[in-house]
Amino acid sequence: MTDMTYTIALMGNPNTGKSTLFNVLTGLRQHTGNWPGKTVTHAEGECRHRGTLYRIVDLPGTYSLYSNSADEEVARDFLLFQRPDVTVVVVDATALERNLNLALQVLEMTDRVIIAINLMDEAKKRGILINTKKLATRLGVPVVPISARNREGIDALLDTVDAMAHGRINTNPLSIRYSPEIERGIAKLLPLVKEVMGDTYPARWIALRLLDGDTSLLQALKQPPQPLIKEGNAYACCGSIKSI
Amino acid sequence: MAQGKRCRLSDMKPGDRFRIEKVDVPDPMLKRRLLDLGFVPGGEVKVGQRSPLGDPTAYRVCGTTIALRKEESDYIYGEKISHD
Ligand SMILES: Nc1nc2c(ncn2[C@@H]2O[C@H](COP(=O)(O)OP(=O)(O)O)[C@@H](O)[C@H]2O)c(=O)[nH]1
Ligand SMILES: [Mg+2]
Repeated sequence: MTDMTYTIALMGNPNTGKSTLFNVLTGLRQHTGNWPGKTVTHAEGECRHRGTLYRIVDLPGTYSLYSNSADEEVARDFLLFQRPDVTVVVVDATALERNLNLALQVLEMTDRVIIAINLMDEAKKRGILINTKKLATRLGVPVVPISARNREGIDALLDTVDAMAHGRINTNPLSIRYSPEIERGIAKLLPLVKEVMGDTYPARWIALRLLDGDTSLLQALKQPPQPLIKEGNAYACCGSIKSI
Repeated sequence: MAQGKRCRLSDMKPGDRFRIEKVDVPDPMLKRRLLDLGFVPGGEVKVGQRSPLGDPTAYRVCGTTIALRKEESDYIYGEKISHD
């Protein structure tokens, strides 16, 4: 047995049940505070599943990663600089079309993604049927239906997290093809991005952001945010301990 | 096209249903934000209540209610499909 701790990020639109899922996963083993230098709430906690310890981070809810609000920057920077072992995108089963926008953006940044379709109970009530298998094939990553509030599907989700964290799942995330003009721009930038940034960052994604003129990203790359202190007495930076 | 003429989302009244044809915004950041909020071409919007001061207005789009100011909804073009 190793003492390896894996980091799991929870992302999703506002109101998709991320915090509900976070609470189910971590119980009272959680801490909240602010992200360094931001007035954005930071919540993280621990979860143990089949002998592995996971650090769960509840990222702020966002519709996108590109409008450069403080929330979106926190979420984007976490994916980019902390590189979680698994990112769980929590989507609302009753509003998939809207929710998949962010999911697709995340798939452009990392291939270690699981889509958790939450509020399945509500979808069922409304007669919404979701073909999770087909969705998983199309998106190229695992899709797990859950109902966080009813604690349904949590074990299946954790088993999938476990399999991905331990490298037992190969994904093939859907890669969006843009117009020929944009693809030409990407092709031109790609070798340069790789030369400057190495393999640490998702090169195609960076190239796309450069083409989009994303100055907020450039700023972040020049001055990566302080990593949260992880070792030793974990969460030392996270301010107040949530009262019980 | 023989359908209704092109208008702005900001011209709609509460209860109107509107189909988006174009999101034509000079500021690229605002355009990005509107698209990310679900105001995409082809999409349908239901106009909700206006705040007491006349601005912002609530819009139902892609299963969620989003409030936009007039200077935002001004840039969303399309046609009215019905009123209920
Ligand atoms: N019906 C149903 N409601 C849920 C479920 N999970 C969360 N909710 C509700 O959705 C709302 C938003 O949840 P929350 O966890 O705060 O969402 P967040 O904004 O993504 O953190 C709350 O009222 C929850 O009780 C679920 O599985 N089914
Ligand atoms: Mg929350």
